[in-house]
Amino acid sequence: MAASSRHAYLSPGIVTGWLIALGQLAYRLATHRLGANPIATAINQLGLLALVLLVASLSATPLKLTLGWTWPLRARRTLGLLAFFSALLHFLVYLGPDQGFDVSAVAADIRKRSFIFVSFFALVLLVPLAWTSSKQAVQRLTYGVWQRLHRLVYAVAVLACLHFYLRVKADHTQPLIYASLVLAGFAIRLVAWRWKARVKRARSAVE
Amino acid sequence: MDETAEWLHFRAAIDGKIIEPTAAAAVAPSRSPTPMPKLPPEPKSSEITPPALHARRREFLRTGALYVASSAGVAVGLSQLSGLGSADPPRRPPPMAPPAPGAAAWKVERSRFQLDEPPTPYEDVTTYNNYYELGLSKSAPAEQAFHLAPRPWTLRVTGLVATPRTVDIDTLIRWFGLEERVYRMRCVEAWSMVIPWVGFSLAALIGRLAPLSSARYVAFTTLFDPEQLPNQNSRVLRWPYVEGLRLDEATHPLAFMALGLYGAPLPGQNGAPLRLVVPWKYGFKGIKSIVELAFTEHEPPSTWNRAAPDEYGFYANVNPKVDHPRWSQASERRIGELTRRPTLPFNGYAAEVAHLYRDMDLSRSF
Repeated sequence: MAASSRHAYLSPGIVTGWLIALGQLAYRLATHRLGANPIATAINQLGLLALVLLVASLSATPLKLTLGWTWPLRARRTLGLLAFFSALLHFLVYLGPDQGFDVSAVAADIRKRSFIFVSFFALVLLVPLAWTSSKQAVQRLTYGVWQRLHRLVYAVAVLACLHFYLRVKADHTQPLIYASLVLAGFAIRLVAWRWKARVKRARSAVE
Repeated sequence: MDETAEWLHFRAAIDGKIIEPTAAAAVAPSRSPTPMPKLPPEPKSSEITPPALHARRREFLRTGALYVASSAGVAVGLSQLSGLGSADPPRRPPPMAPPAPGAAAWKVERSRFQLDEPPTPYEDVTTYNNYYELGLSKSAPAEQAFHLAPRPWTLRVTGLVATPRTVDIDTLIRWFGLEERVYRMRCVEAWSMVIPWVGFSLAALIGRLAPLSSARYVAFTTLFDPEQLPNQNSRVLRWPYVEGLRLDEATHPLAFMALGLYGAPLPGQNGAPLRLVVPWKYGFKGIKSIVELAFTEHEPPSTWNRAAPDEYGFYANVNPKVDHPRWSQASERRIGELTRRPTLPFNGYAAEVAHLYRDMDLSRSF
């Protein structure tokens, strides 16, 4: 077997774990274990699930750059897709059970509330990324175009953290933890990029 | 070696065998030819395990074990991280506290303030709380309430009053007695409850305390004691919590000092032993565990207004037309109900209280 299948368990494991986490949430919802306001709790948990998965998918590159780990890169696509599906569920529970499919109320919320606007924008940006997540899409678009398109995920991460920060009433600890993880990843990428550019310049100067 | 060829050879051997007729066919032979029993379809060559892989059982088991381990790890990690800071499963409500020795008689009269709407279950009222001094999640206050000792407890009366003094809580009960009032409670977070409170009218208390004619506002202060209210060690809000009412609001017949709910003394998480209930205002006006009442000439500060003045006003009257900047106040979820219901002006008490704000622009004085 090729070396690539050494991590064959990783993506199925992550998907199964995600399904178990969702199943547990559904079970707690069905058995009245989510407290007095279960819909609000379910929305919050799905939103956090999406953010955790998004930050995890964005950690693959910094982990490679700093620790030399390459296995997280194999899980990146799966993590990103699961982040999208979690964000979609987060939105659908807000749209359906919470707002009773009152589309005009939801549209007014998106228009008027900055914290909802930024998150809706982030969800819309995730759609083309999820749509072009297959290997075939990379070939169809050519790698350069695909890569530029998928840099949108950086904007999505910033918007998602902003959404969480604006939503919280008084205790900003959790949003700031996620935002600092995202920013640390950006900083690592930036340092690596500048270092690479310097090496390239030095090489061309030698030649 | 070609596995498909091997399989075809095996098939040929089976096909050559005589197949026994079925029992039914043997008992009642019919003219129609006995149908040939069908053999299972040939497996696709892709389904046949290559011997090379079959030999790698160890690798298969290793991958399987890693798959199970990573599934479990991801499931636990995601559940834990996404469950942080939200309501945990409700715990059993705390047992009703027995009356403290030397306490005033706990005798509750029924009042004229009743509602047709069913009261929110005791378990929900006592496990879904905003009491940041006892923790930031909805479930934390019920878990941390054991720190708070409701006796001995005194109320300091200060400011523009004939005789500043300190009154014991049991003296207050003896002065005014206790009555039950069922009120709607609308939280600024767009959820609501119906709660049978026990207590006495704030107007009666203010009448007895005799403020000076220069007094125009009443200011309330929560206990400051990080031993009893552990989250006062955090800086999430400025402690102690303070709130205030205009004197005409405070002396309105609906304004209430609550000492209990569902017939029993207040649990810590609901603001034991003495809290304010102003049913036409958002819940955060209902300051908990009050230790001081001061009469003032000028508008006193209020905690949430000080923390975010563009989001929480001093008046905080329930108003479906004035949105909170971050969410609509047009509708609310009654705890225990699935669909949202429209929010009523002044939380349904407009007929009683709207006249207090006749000359005010409520979109500016929100």
